Amino acid sequence: MRRRVAPYFLLGPGAAWLLLFFVIPLYYLGKLSLNSGVFGSYEFSWHWENYSDALKLYDTQFVRSFVYAGLATLFSLLLAYPLAYTIAFKAGRWRNVLLFAVVAPFFTTYLIRTLAWETILSDQSPVVSVLDAVGLAPEGHVLATAGAVIAGLTYNFLPFMVLPIYASLERLDVRLIEAGKDLYASASQTFFRVTLPLSAPGVVAGTLLTFIPASGDYVNAQFLGSANNQMIGNVIQSLYLKQSDYPAAAALSFVLMAAILILVLVYIRFAGSEALMGEEAV
Amino acid sequence: MGGAWRWLREHAVQIVAVLVVLYMLIPIAVIFGFSFNDPAGRYNFTWVGFTLEHWKNAFGIPELNEALVTSLKLAVLATVISTVIGTLMALALVRYDFFGRRAANFLIVIPMATPEVVMGSALLSFFLLIGSFSLGFQTLLIAHVMFCISFVVVVVRSRLIGFDRNLEEAAKDLGASSFETFRLVTLPLIMPGIFGAAMLAFALSIDDFVISNFNSGTTVTFPLYIFGAAQRGIPVEVNVIAMILFFFTCAAMGFATWQQRRAEKLTSVRPEQEAGAGVPAGAAAAT
Repeated sequence: MRRRVAPYFLLGPGAAWLLLFFVIPLYYLGKLSLNSGVFGSYEFSWHWENYSDALKLYDTQFVRSFVYAGLATLFSLLLAYPLAYTIAFKAGRWRNVLLFAVVAPFFTTYLIRTLAWETILSDQSPVVSVLDAVGLAPEGHVLATAGAVIAGLTYNFLPFMVLPIYASLERLDVRLIEAGKDLYASASQTFFRVTLPLSAPGVVAGTLLTFIPASGDYVNAQFLGSANNQMIGNVIQSLYLKQSDYPAAAALSFVLMAAILILVLVYIRFAGSEALMGEEAV
Repeated sequence: MGGAWRWLREHAVQIVAVLVVLYMLIPIAVIFGFSFNDPAGRYNFTWVGFTLEHWKNAFGIPELNEALVTSLKLAVLATVISTVIGTLMALALVRYDFFGRRAANFLIVIPMATPEVVMGSALLSFFLLIGSFSLGFQTLLIAHVMFCISFVVVVVRSRLIGFDRNLEEAAKDLGASSFETFRLVTLPLIMPGIFGAAMLAFALSIDDFVISNFNSGTTVTFPLYIFGAAQRGIPVEVNVIAMILFFFTCAAMGFATWQQRRAEKLTSVRPEQEAGAGVPAGAAAAT
């Protein structure tokens, strides 16, 4: 009998906290999104128009958020895989130094890191002159463009891509790669047929851990973008905190959450769930 | 020429890796460099000249100090609470098979799959509609514990999964009670995992901007101070404090890695030991 109640005692405080301050707030978010009226006298009235109005007004920002987040995820993957591969197989005694370099950005504040990019990408910076010289910075200007926002997102979420890929590569049985070579597979055949498929759980986890926070982010667009690069996070933030249009903001939040949940579920269906849920929960 | 080309081709992956590492480290170098800048106006964006003035004056801005103290208090409290209740959850999930286990797993994963802006606005809606919470330190603490719990569970759980239960059996055979076994065997062995989880929670809390921005009321944390100051020009002292926090975290991370190595040595009597040897705590955390 004692053994049967023990897990519930252990689970209790944490589960209660998450139910009370994560699940129930989502219910209130949904409720608020169906309110009508003006600020100060909102009342609940199944006002579904909030959703259609909000989506009509802010569809550009919605699409833009997913495009930016998608591109940032793609670039992160392209940058992270070689790095994770090097750390796992080629780094030798440099392994810990490289792992440290990957997590080092976390040790400085997110906002300051993003502001540092504002410095790096400002019009007077040498980086921009170089980019201009190779034709990547039209009119010598990077800041306040989509490129700057995407670069910032890529930078800020890159460690979330590197670490899971590294973890799955490190766990990989090297003998399988050797077997591929023994069977006369070329280096690229071995990579695409053995290494890459075996590291798929890391890639899945990494893309989710990058895409989800990136699509809701508004710090990068705020500091590195212009009014033309606003993402849905910027809209939600400003409706809530500046314009006090709670119902519209809540509706947008709810749609963002639902959209991401659907994307994630579809993605996991194709890619397998072990990466997200942990091995024992497959 | 042929030799150099071949060398480049053979080392292409490593070369890309080095470039990516540079990409990751350049902003930190910029923050460090500009902490010695002597800007002409209010904006610390262009290099003017070298000065140690702002390092000497690191704690000379009262509002900044106040924000920093608030952040530290908040992070310590959120870390302690989330680490304790998160560790208990991890124990339940790994050690017991019970009705509702899948639901509990889901409850833990879903906050990590939710964008911060949604969590922040949902909590604000809750606080506004319930009406009995005044926005400020208490709502910040509630929010920070909430988003830290899942990460604590994931880190501690990964440590518990690689745990050799024979060691506990041995303790019991030698006459230890369940509580003694837990305190003297289990806890010391999972301590590096708990410590790593606590460090992660601390880092998440002290760095959080988005959720805090929704639920802070008039309370100002370190990131909120930076956001507010960004409009009117950020004082160089912010860079100095960011670097102090950076070096402090590096030291804590070094300590955690050393602890983990030591714990691995203690349990290395087992031949099949392999639980992520040598991975720094923070890196193991994200897996």
